[in-house]
Amino acid sequence: MTAMLNLAASDAPPAKIRLHRVSKTFAVRDGTGTNTGSQEPHSEFVALSDINLDVRTGEFVTLVGPSGCGKSTLLDLLCGLATPSSGQIFVNGRPVDGPGLDRGIVFQQYALFPWRTALGNIEFGLEAKGVPKTERKARARSFLAMVGLGEFEHHYPHELSGGMKQRVAIARSLSYDPEILLMDEPFAALDEETRESLQRELLGIWQRTGKTIVFITHSIDEAVFLGQRVAVMAARPGRIKAIVDIPIEARAADDDIRSRPEFVRLRHQVWALARAAASRSMPGETLAAA
Amino acid sequence: MSRLQAKADATSPIPSGLPRSVALFLSFWFTRSIAIIGFIAVWEIVPRLGLMDTTFLPPFSEVIAKLLELLVSGDMVANILASLYRSLAGLTLAVLLSVPLGLLIGWYGRLGDILSPLLEVFRNTAALALLPVFILILGLGETSKISMVLYACVWPILLNTISAVRNVDPLLIKSARSMGLTQTTLFLKVVLPASLPTIFTGVRLAGASSILVLIACEMAGAREGLGYLVNFAQFNFQIPTMYAGIIMLSVVGLTFNYILLSLERRLTRWKPERA
Repeated sequence: MTAMLNLAASDAPPAKIRLHRVSKTFAVRDGTGTNTGSQEPHSEFVALSDINLDVRTGEFVTLVGPSGCGKSTLLDLLCGLATPSSGQIFVNGRPVDGPGLDRGIVFQQYALFPWRTALGNIEFGLEAKGVPKTERKARARSFLAMVGLGEFEHHYPHELSGGMKQRVAIARSLSYDPEILLMDEPFAALDEETRESLQRELLGIWQRTGKTIVFITHSIDEAVFLGQRVAVMAARPGRIKAIVDIPIEARAADDDIRSRPEFVRLRHQVWALARAAASRSMPGETLAAA
Repeated sequence: MSRLQAKADATSPIPSGLPRSVALFLSFWFTRSIAIIGFIAVWEIVPRLGLMDTTFLPPFSEVIAKLLELLVSGDMVANILASLYRSLAGLTLAVLLSVPLGLLIGWYGRLGDILSPLLEVFRNTAALALLPVFILILGLGETSKISMVLYACVWPILLNTISAVRNVDPLLIKSARSMGLTQTTLFLKVVLPASLPTIFTGVRLAGASSILVLIACEMAGAREGLGYLVNFAQFNFQIPTMYAGIIMLSVVGLTFNYILLSLERRLTRWKPERA
């Protein structure tokens, strides 16, 4: 049986993150559309349309979808770096009012400050939190050690490999102990092997810290491997087509989870949904179960 | 050191019996100085062979002799100091003025939009074209010279600073904002360090400009300074002195550049080395 949940249950504990009818449109300068009084003719681009999603505390949710489906925009909205055109976003029951230290974000291109060493970058996060100077170095060291880069504390980002840079970026996000971790295709720029090892490390960190994680990817494999629930998104306009439950246990175990029959079945289910979504079907149309 | 090793192996007029470190040292400096030594050799030989009139191009050794004479007499030193004072004063004032202004204009977008076209006009007007204006308004004293240097130095520094602030990697700003940093903290902790290399390039460009402009000013009218010396010597047909002044100018320019470059390297150690 397929298990497809579209909205949160109302008698469960309040969701950690709640997106309620969230939409985001941008004005795009493209020479078409009517001149509405501004300098150049522009039209509206609907990045996200009517997004509804609830994420429970400590849940690991992945969002998978093609380019242009608004995944990154969604993350920007969750992070508070942008405001929705309509709809509301709640974190811990309170509306999102801008960025904050309760939400950490990890980018695909690392976003490490090149003028600071690996340790310095992590200290940046601690400085943002207001940790006193005397404690900063020691704490930063422990986070660096957590991602296995203890000996690289004096290295500058340009002296680190892609995988190492991403580890530092993750450590930096963890350093100010956000309750929610938002990750925007963080492993997309890495080679297969590094990606797999970082995926396992991330799961380990998640299990140890119990953080709520919203992870964006365009890889169905990665989405099914990491997520407890996978939200399949479609583009034009960006929306969530379906959410698939992934009841796989013991993900961080060393065996080849990807070859397990239940993994393959779920992966196919997500794949089929993504395929259907990509063929620009209208929202509300029933999708074939795998 | 491996680059030196490769060079040492490739071009080795160094006798093979020497210890490795000595051989590397000699080889490194050989490669770096061979062209200059060649140039000096040509300078020495051409006049001596009569290929050029020695009145117009005295041999290098004669020029050096004159230079030493002037150094010993204190004449040269006085002129060097006068020029250095003017160009350093102008450059320092330009930095103190342009960097904060550039940071402001770069950070507050509207201001930048409004001022940019005007700044571009000034930047593209050769500073020396305005020399007559400076002389007219400020005369021929120290003020006019330092002002001229200031004017010439302001534009590269200002425009580089503005560009630096505007071109900070938006991802870094996004990342810092996501940690809830205020605008001020964002500026101090992210924009400023990120802008430093480009600002410094502007200072280095201004440094080169400063000497150029100063010499022109001094040639137009002065009572001391290296530009004055070269001009005066040429007027009075003291040709070896003229060349001595030019060599000194060269040395000053090279030293200036080297100091600024070293400073830049130290401040931007975090940048990836370009091969």
